[in-house]
Amino acid sequence: MAHVSVRDLEVTFGNLKVLQNLNVDVEEGEFLVLLGPSGCGKSTLLNSIAGLLEIAGGQIWIAGDNVTWKEPKDRHIGMVFQSYALYPRMSVEGNLSFGLKTARVPKPEIQRRIKAAADLLQIQPLMKRRPFELSGGQRQRVAIGRALVRDVEVFLFDEPLSNLDAKLRTELRVELKKLHIQLGSTMIYVTHDQIEALTLADRIAVMHNGVIQQLASPKEIYRRPINRFVAGFVGSPAMNFIDAKIKKANGGVSAVVDDGSEVSLNGYAFGNAPNEGQSISLGIRPEQLSMKGMNGAPTVPVTVSLIDPMGADALLWGNLGKNMISVRIGPEDGYKIGETVRPGFDPASASIFDAESGARL
Amino acid sequence: MEPSGPRPIRRFAPSRVFVYTVLVISAIYFLIPLYIMIVTSLKGLEEVRLGYIFQLPMHITFEAWDKAWNKACTGLECLGMHTNFWNSVKITVPSVIVSIAIGAVNGYALANWRFRGSEFFFIVLLVGSFIPYQVMIYPLVLLTSAIGIYSTLWAVIVVHSIFGMPLLTLLFRNYFASLPAELFKAARVDGAGFWGVFFKIMLPMSLPIFTVAIILQVTGIWNDFLFGVIFAGPTNYPMTVKLNNIVNSIQGVREYNVNMAATILTGLVPLTIYFISGKLFVRGIAAGAVKG
Repeated sequence: MAHVSVRDLEVTFGNLKVLQNLNVDVEEGEFLVLLGPSGCGKSTLLNSIAGLLEIAGGQIWIAGDNVTWKEPKDRHIGMVFQSYALYPRMSVEGNLSFGLKTARVPKPEIQRRIKAAADLLQIQPLMKRRPFELSGGQRQRVAIGRALVRDVEVFLFDEPLSNLDAKLRTELRVELKKLHIQLGSTMIYVTHDQIEALTLADRIAVMHNGVIQQLASPKEIYRRPINRFVAGFVGSPAMNFIDAKIKKANGGVSAVVDDGSEVSLNGYAFGNAPNEGQSISLGIRPEQLSMKGMNGAPTVPVTVSLIDPMGADALLWGNLGKNMISVRIGPEDGYKIGETVRPGFDPASASIFDAESGARL
Repeated sequence: MEPSGPRPIRRFAPSRVFVYTVLVISAIYFLIPLYIMIVTSLKGLEEVRLGYIFQLPMHITFEAWDKAWNKACTGLECLGMHTNFWNSVKITVPSVIVSIAIGAVNGYALANWRFRGSEFFFIVLLVGSFIPYQVMIYPLVLLTSAIGIYSTLWAVIVVHSIFGMPLLTLLFRNYFASLPAELFKAARVDGAGFWGVFFKIMLPMSLPIFTVAIILQVTGIWNDFLFGVIFAGPTNYPMTVKLNNIVNSIQGVREYNVNMAATILTGLVPLTIYFISGKLFVRGIAAGAVKG
């Protein structure tokens, strides 16, 4: 049985239905990331699991208990917030021990657990300090420690790294991953940052408009996005979308772009056979387009309009008909603006969506 | 290397001069009455009668202060205002404590624990604070006499506590609503209940708003005349009512020096509060401004 199970969840704010018939199961020890743009309902889902929101319908089970109507403290959860939410008038030690004191844990046990958490997170020297005397990274460590000492079944993270600067974010992200391996606890993590999602998650739930669009492993989400939204949201730089029409000839399938050029799609595994003349969106990631000629691979003609150097590599921007296309190239590759290049790609690794519904074909 | 280029700041810009001139003039304007009061209260009656109100006293005497505090007469009674000072204290202290306690808990509940109808309750409170309280005086007289506390200090305390509630609730609600919601959530996850969150998390962060509330309530209740004169009964008059009676009862000569001393004595408590809490207020805000 799943460790955390959300069944037919419904959450309303006034007349607005934020979440509807939402189902998700998280296995024990799994790291699930809820990914989506702001306003997609991911934080609402997390708050519902934590018991911080009144839900309009459905059930929530944690570790085999129906906790739908239970207080947050009785749900075996620990939570880490974006703004750290450390109690400003208490020392670090006070912050860590507050939950244990309210639960009337005996003093020696409190001391033992605080020490263990402090060792794990390397915050022993900070114990007597107040939150305002800590840096952002230290504060977030303390906030994680506060969840850690309570010895919980499930950790809930609400965009915990969003307030940190880029370097610290990467550091703490790595530490979080180590922590997950070390503890083996179930973790549910909300973020709008796809890099965090791809690096941390065992599975990612991509959310949009209160609906889980796709729930799968990071690899699957990245390689086989289930619809255009997921494809466009995950990946940086974003996936290229080429508007085209299906053309069937000689037993093969190809796409005709608006400028008349034809791109072969032979090799792509269609889930649903496309119709002649159907409008599609051909999705190719920038790194799937290669300037080095691949044997017999279909190519797309691109007129170079801009080169973006990005350190380790560079991004070539160009036009194919009305579509803007980006191609990942080497940092030293010399291309001239205005020149037409023909990067090739493997149709098997591309994604094709119906232009109207956005669903994967 | 020397910095070059024109200096951007002129020390005495015309606008500055203008601002300070206006400020100094208005300060003097407001301080003149205080000066006259202090000077007059330190003069003997002979000297007051000469009529030079701006002149410093030739012989400083505290007779007027002694008389105002211990012997000033209203009607046949010549006990001064010291009993009324204590009446005012007995009214102000419990009224301030009770009204702030109720306002703080109300505000906290409305800001953090949205219950069914909490918005409606809040609107009712708001409307309540806009109804002129003269409308409610007669019903309150009937009410207090029905429960047998009319004409006692208790009646005044109850009335002050009731009328302080809407404004204080609004004040505290807005303050608690401005605190980060995640703190409240974190405390809930940590297992703190309604009172646990209130006393251990919210109250320690509320020094600034408590300072504001205390200033408002102490000065408001201390300066109150209407409720004192209506609900307290003659033996329990607060200081403001007594001051009015002293100044308005004329037996022979008008003792301006005594009146001045009595007025300053009455105003002393709010003045002290302003002086002390001004500093506390700034400190409170500075401490509260630290993001947790």
